[in-house]
Amino acid sequence: MTSRKLLSEAKLWLVGIPVLIWTLVPIYHIFLFSISTKDSAFSGRLWPDHPTLRNFGTVFRQEHFYLHHFWHQIWNSVWIACAAGALTMAIATCAAFAISRLKVRGGRAVMNAALFTYFIPAAFLAVPMYKAMGNYGLLNSRWSLVLAMVTIASPYAIWVLKQASDKLPWELDEAARIDGATPVQLFRLVYLPLMVPSLVAIFTYALLLAWNEYLYAFLLLSHENTIPLAVGLGHFLSSDDSPWEILMATALIYGMPPAAIYYVFRRYMVGGLTAGAVKS
Amino acid sequence: MAFSAAISPRWSSFQTWGAILIAPYVLVFLVFVIYPVSYGLWLARNPDSYRTLFEDPVFLPTVMNTLVFLLVAVNVKFALALFLSGFFVHERRWIRWLSVIFIIPWAVPAIPTIFSIRFMLNPEWGLVNSLIFRLFQVDGPNWLTNPPLAMMMAMIVHIWKALPFWTLILVAGRLAIPREHYEAASVDGATSWQKFKFVTWPSIRTLYLTSTLLSLIWTLGDFNSVYLLTGGQPADKTHVLATLGIRYIRLDQLDHAMATIVVALPFVLPLVWFMMRRLSGDEQKTS
Repeated sequence: MTSRKLLSEAKLWLVGIPVLIWTLVPIYHIFLFSISTKDSAFSGRLWPDHPTLRNFGTVFRQEHFYLHHFWHQIWNSVWIACAAGALTMAIATCAAFAISRLKVRGGRAVMNAALFTYFIPAAFLAVPMYKAMGNYGLLNSRWSLVLAMVTIASPYAIWVLKQASDKLPWELDEAARIDGATPVQLFRLVYLPLMVPSLVAIFTYALLLAWNEYLYAFLLLSHENTIPLAVGLGHFLSSDDSPWEILMATALIYGMPPAAIYYVFRRYMVGGLTAGAVKS
Repeated sequence: MAFSAAISPRWSSFQTWGAILIAPYVLVFLVFVIYPVSYGLWLARNPDSYRTLFEDPVFLPTVMNTLVFLLVAVNVKFALALFLSGFFVHERRWIRWLSVIFIIPWAVPAIPTIFSIRFMLNPEWGLVNSLIFRLFQVDGPNWLTNPPLAMMMAMIVHIWKALPFWTLILVAGRLAIPREHYEAASVDGATSWQKFKFVTWPSIRTLYLTSTLLSLIWTLGDFNSVYLLTGGQPADKTHVLATLGIRYIRLDQLDHAMATIVVALPFVLPLVWFMMRRLSGDEQKTS
């Protein structure tokens, strides 16, 4: 019996260890490059001879050609992510309330329209979106990326919020209505307080989506004053002799905030998002 | 009667507020989905753009790449996700920790990790070929300059990034199965394969198929895994439809970019329609 138990434990480790290595190697490789000097970065070793933090100093002091606008690009990323998160949350919250609690006429059609957008591959929508943003005169304005991200994040946000909202007991609304509550009071005093966990999840979702976005960012923004850090990182590839140790240090700085935010809000994300992601 | 009379004047105000609150999203949808898509389809109305698109030597290989990418990457990803979901449902402290680490590829942005893999695969000084040389004293292959190999690497990147999400979805599906079913199967002396075949699979089959279809659509739109790894190079031989559309934009051939997408629509729209029906159906069931 114990030997059989031992065998099944060993089988688990036999799966677990490869999974750990598979997951961490590319991440570790970023870290390895970012603490290596230029010479040792290219030696193919698993640990540098003289680990250094100099690359980060170079990045923070903007001492490289590709990094002259580093702080500005970070600021753009933050601005775009926060604006997209806040706007998505506001729009989706109102829409989900109207569909789920007020049962607005046509709400179902709007929900279907939103779902349709959700299922269209984002890279496909990018082409017509690029042209439309040009027609609107928004190209190279940070708003173009914010609005594109709101367009892409809202459908899922509305759907998740509607699912959460449908679960709230209907008796709450009836009681409030009989007491003479206006729709605005219903929204403010009944709906919002009960929806806080879902709202956090949706804000985080849209924020991360916008911070991580590359395709729309480099299509819609090209001026060096408007591009977010993601596009700035992409510029490193424009020449063959790029300083890859500095690129990896920058990439690490860029990748940390979303990872941290994800783990802080994981509780909300798992509850709020995977429940709605795919219903069996 | 008195009751309904008391609230009926309010109904109109509820409908008015409903219309006001839903308006912002409707506006976003009209301005950033309906108008762009209609305008794009209008741009793609010319049959000539399809003729020149099909004559572009890049186009047919791209379609082939896309089909192989979808078929192989999605199925391998789901086979792995199904297998790993069986691993992650085990209740061990270290497995719980591992599942927290396992989600990293999905939680972090695409650029840093894909660039990292790109550097690892550099033929001269990348980590992979350095290790191959140290272990076997031979030069490793040119991972990213040999088109079939480069496509394979792009699929691996895609799987690396998307696997955690789908594994977690299937874990959720497996955890929803009542434990008693497994206990009953154990009492009957079922092997673990029989438990999978008669208990697990029937319960998660629908979830598995829905997820696969959804993943098909999203994989079709996976721009990053290909573009950030190979950029379509060498000689534009590693494009998929998603990157080809963007390539035409960069070449300022918008009609070709739109035509590329329209060509994929007969494949995408049935999937989208199916997914929408599934989700709407669920809605009716739960409400």
